[in-house]
Amino acid sequence: MRAAVRLAAWVYAIAIYGFIFLPVVVLVLFSLQATSFPIPPFTGPSLRWYQAVLSDARLTSALLNSLLVAVLSSLVSVTLGFLSAWGFARFVLPGSAILRGLITLPLTVSYLIIGMGLLVLFNWAGVPKSLLAAGIGHVVINLPLCFAIIYSQMGDHQINIERAARDLGAAEWKVLLMIAVPVMAPAIFAGFFLSMTFSWDEFVISFLLTRFETTLPVEIWNLLRSGLNPKTNAVGSLVFAVSIVLVVFFELTLLRRKPA
Amino acid sequence: MSAPLVDIRSVSHRFGQLAVLKSVSLAIEPGSYTILLGPSGSGKTTLLSILGGFVTPSEGKVFIRGADCTALPPAKRPTTTVFQDYALFPHMSVGGNVGFGLRMQGVDGATRAAKAREALALVGLAAAFDKKPHQLSGGQRQRVALARALVIEPAVLLLDEPLGALDLKLRRQMQDELKAIQKRVGTAFIHVTHDQEEAMALADHCVVMNEGRIEDEGPPERVYARPATRFSATFMGESTILVGTVTEAKNGTVTAMTALGPISLPGVSPADATVALAIRPEHLFFGEAKGNVTLGMAKVGDVVFQGSFKRVLATSTLDPALQFIAKAPASAAIQAGDTIPVSCQAQDIILLAD
Repeated sequence: MRAAVRLAAWVYAIAIYGFIFLPVVVLVLFSLQATSFPIPPFTGPSLRWYQAVLSDARLTSALLNSLLVAVLSSLVSVTLGFLSAWGFARFVLPGSAILRGLITLPLTVSYLIIGMGLLVLFNWAGVPKSLLAAGIGHVVINLPLCFAIIYSQMGDHQINIERAARDLGAAEWKVLLMIAVPVMAPAIFAGFFLSMTFSWDEFVISFLLTRFETTLPVEIWNLLRSGLNPKTNAVGSLVFAVSIVLVVFFELTLLRRKPA
Repeated sequence: MSAPLVDIRSVSHRFGQLAVLKSVSLAIEPGSYTILLGPSGSGKTTLLSILGGFVTPSEGKVFIRGADCTALPPAKRPTTTVFQDYALFPHMSVGGNVGFGLRMQGVDGATRAAKAREALALVGLAAAFDKKPHQLSGGQRQRVALARALVIEPAVLLLDEPLGALDLKLRRQMQDELKAIQKRVGTAFIHVTHDQEEAMALADHCVVMNEGRIEDEGPPERVYARPATRFSATFMGESTILVGTVTEAKNGTVTAMTALGPISLPGVSPADATVALAIRPEHLFFGEAKGNVTLGMAKVGDVVFQGSFKRVLATSTLDPALQFIAKAPASAAIQAGDTIPVSCQAQDIILLAD
C-alpha cells in the first residue's frame, strides 16, 4: 500500500515537471535537428541551425539590441529603485505607505496595458518608436521590482551603520556610495539580474514600442510568422540559456546568506 | 574656573506629544568620565543622541568647546559615538573601519594605516587589522568600534550602552578596560547605561536621570552615600524608605513621625514637611540593639546567601507595608520566619524631601 502511494507520488511529480519542462526540452532538442523541420524524428545532433542564427545579421543585431536594452534599463531601474527604497527607509515622508504602494503598483498591471499606455503617451509627446522607448518601458516594469527587492532587505541595523559613517565625517553622497550601496550590494545585484531577466525576454512592450531596430523576442516573432524551422528553436534556446544564467546569478546573490 | 568642555543649557525634547527631556542642564569637564544612569525611558539615550547630533532638541542649546553645536550635523561636531550594536562597516576590513574617519578627513593611506594600527594596539587588537568584522567576537567588535571612534581624536566620546550586548563576565572585564583606555587617552567619555554597578565602577561624574530630568549628579561616592532624591536613593543602590512628617526641627536635628514612631536624625528641614528617610542595606542592623535608632520588630521573609554577605528582606510588624532591605554578615544566624528587632545609626539615615 505504502509502496503504491510512493509510486503514485513519483508519477505525479514526473507528470507535473514533465508538463512544465517538456516544451523547453522539445525546443532545445529540435534546435539540434540536422534537417529542415523541427518535428520528429530527431535527426541530430547538429549545430548547423546555431551557425545559421549567428550568421543572420538581423538576429545578431537584435540580440545585441536586447542586451543593450536589458543592461541599460536594468541599470536605470536598479539605481532608481535603490534611491527610492533608501528614501522610504530612511526618511519620514507624508503618506509614506500610500506612496510605497503606488511605486509597486505597476507590478500588478499587465505589460500590455503599460505598453499601450506608453505608446499613447509617447505618440502625444512626439517620442518616436525606438529602442529607447522600449527601454523606458522596461524601466517602468522593473523599477517597482527593484524597489520591492531592495526595500525588503533594508533593515534598521543599517541605519546605525550609516549614522556611524556620518558621525565619522562622511558627506551624504559618500554615505550612499561607500556605505549604503556596498552594504546593500546583494539586494542591488539581485534586483539588477532579475530586471535583466525580465527585460531580456520581454515581448509585448518591445513589440509595441520599437519599429526598425528591435529586440530579440520581437525578431523571433517576425521569424515565426514565416513558419517553424529549427532556426527559431536555436535562437529560442539561446534566449533561454541567457535567462537561466541571469536567474542563477539572481539566486546566488540574493539567497547567499552572509554571516552577520 | 575654565569653561566646561560640554555645556548643555536647558535642553528639552519631545517626540510628538511625549516630552522625553524636560529642561536638562549639564556641564561636562575635560578629561572626565561621565555616566548617564537611568531606567529605560528616562531620556538618557535621547540626551546622548542630542550630544552626538543625531537629534536636534526642541528647546535649549548645546555648547561644545564653547561653540554652539545645537543644530550642527554629526559629521561637523567634535564628537564620535560608539553605538550599542557597534555599527561596524561589514564590507570593510577592521583596518578600513578604524581608518574610515581619517579617510573622510583626507588623510593619505599610509598615515591612515599607521594611525589605525596604533588605535587598534591601544584597544589590544593589533593583530586584527586585516580581518573582517564578522570574524571577530562581540567583545572584539566592541573594541574595534572604540578604536574607530577614538582614532580621529574627538573632544568627546559618546558611548551608548556599550557593554549592553556582552555577557556579564566580559562586561566587567571591558568595564575595567574602558576606564584604563579613558585614562590613557584623556578624552572626555560620556557613557549611557542602566547598570548602576557599571556606573559606580566607571564614573568620575554620575548623572542619575528619571522621566526626562536629572535627579542627581556628582561623584558616584557622594550620589551613593547622600542621594539627593528618593529616586536616586532607590535606583543607585537599594534603600529602605520610611515616610514621615517632620514634627520638630532645630539645632541641626530633625525629628520625624513615622509609622515606626518618632525618629531623630541630624539634618535640616521645614517643620510639617513630608520627608522620606532612606537607609542603605549595609546600615541596618538585625538583632539586639546595635544602633541608636530602634526601628521596631520585623519578621524575616527571605534570606539570600550571596557569598560575602546575606541579603535579608524583612517586613515590619508595626507597618506591614514597610519592607526592610538589609545586608547581614555572612555569619549572621538569621532565618526566614524569625521575628527580630531592627535598628540603625541616626547619622546613617538619609533625609530626603518627599
